[in-house]
Amino acid sequence: MVTYFKDIYSGLVSLFIGMEVTFKEFFKPTVTVQYPYETLTMTERYRGHVELIENDEGKPNCIVCGLCQRACPSACITLAGVKPEGEKKKVLTKYILDFTRCSLCGSCVESCNFNALEFSKEYNLASTRREDFIFDLLQRLEDRNK
Amino acid sequence: MSLTLLNVIFAVVVAIAFAAANAAYLVWAERRGAARIQRRPGPNINGPFGLLQPPLDGIKLMAKQLIIPGGADKVLFIAAPVLAMYPAIMSFVTIPFSDTIVAHNINVGILMIFAFASTGSMSLIFAGWSSRNKYSMMSAVRAVSQSVAYEIPMLITTITVVMIAGSMDLMEIVHQQSRSILHWNIFPLLGNSHNILMPASFLIFFICTLAETNRAPFDLGEAESELVAGFHTEYGSMGFGLFFMGEYANIVIGACMTTILFLGGWSCPFGLFPGVWWFLLKLYLLIATFIWIRWTFPRTTIYGLLNLSWKILIPLSLVNLLLTAGLIKVF
Repeated sequence: MVTYFKDIYSGLVSLFIGMEVTFKEFFKPTVTVQYPYETLTMTERYRGHVELIENDEGKPNCIVCGLCQRACPSACITLAGVKPEGEKKKVLTKYILDFTRCSLCGSCVESCNFNALEFSKEYNLASTRREDFIFDLLQRLEDRNK
Repeated sequence: MSLTLLNVIFAVVVAIAFAAANAAYLVWAERRGAARIQRRPGPNINGPFGLLQPPLDGIKLMAKQLIIPGGADKVLFIAAPVLAMYPAIMSFVTIPFSDTIVAHNINVGILMIFAFASTGSMSLIFAGWSSRNKYSMMSAVRAVSQSVAYEIPMLITTITVVMIAGSMDLMEIVHQQSRSILHWNIFPLLGNSHNILMPASFLIFFICTLAETNRAPFDLGEAESELVAGFHTEYGSMGFGLFFMGEYANIVIGACMTTILFLGGWSCPFGLFPGVWWFLLKLYLLIATFIWIRWTFPRTTIYGLLNLSWKILIPLSLVNLLLTAGLIKVF
């Protein structure tokens, strides 16, 4: 008989404790991010697809050594360059990243000795067409500088 | 008070409008409240604070086709959502909001409200039976056992209050409580009852209201995680909409009854600003508690539900009834 009333009492108390918890939560600020309207800044070490790094003049740092192309395990990278008359270094003319095959391993970034490649912070990638994921990084660099 | 045809039409229209508006905006309040407790913003796109969400949901539901599953009992299938909504609307006719705001006060108001409320569970049974769906059937079975289990303590508690008041007239019950805040039926000793168990009585009535309106933690009829959506699994469009509105209208009725029976109806504490807003304030505080409870507690099991009623609520309410009867005799 005593345990019967004890159970009722302790059960009732536990209910009120639970209600106290939700009551406190009710007045705390919301924590969700309303995604399309507000976005979080990506963390420092986030690995998006690779992006070319530009120098002060807005040209890519790349010297077309081709190490990234060779380092890539999935052969995502296709690049080409020409050596203009009277210049010492090659100039990049084409840098295609096939992101459909990229596994974001970062071997290309690691292999680059000229500070020409970095991970972007791009995460809004969605498309219904395969071709949209074949990025022309040189074009993207120009678009960024516009 | 004479009942002309015009009066009747006016009363019915106001009752339906009040029930529908409450049902629509309680859904909004529920979603916003749930969101706050879970630290989300809730519906906030349509209109300021998402206030346009209920009418837009209504338009969406009305625009949809009502699909009747093959092999379903058509008459019962269509009747069930109507049965879910009408007891609430009928009950509003006799609920007094203040001395003057009442559609038609009858001297057996409590009896009428409970009579209509008990037909509410019929809608769940009809819906579950007629859907020709295993989940709905299970839900109907649960609804029967639940309504049988919880109507008993609810009615015993109500009898306690009726004995104290000596009347089934809702107006009369409120008038007896309106002398001071200490005469509200929830407060023991100094009130009308002299019964120290009245707060427990209030709790029992409140828990039974939760169970009778199929609210969490007693929403075993719906039980999304076990029974898909229970009795309204097969309902779409406004059939589902009516069940939903019926649920919220029943919550309003339950909160109205709790206010009238235990919290002194529209009577104001310490004579401050007497008026109908005291009734509305108590009513919406109770409804807020309903929402608060729903988003605090997980659903009970069917055994837990029945044990609570048969082993705890019914014995306690019987003890309370006897004690009250004894005290009325003594004082």
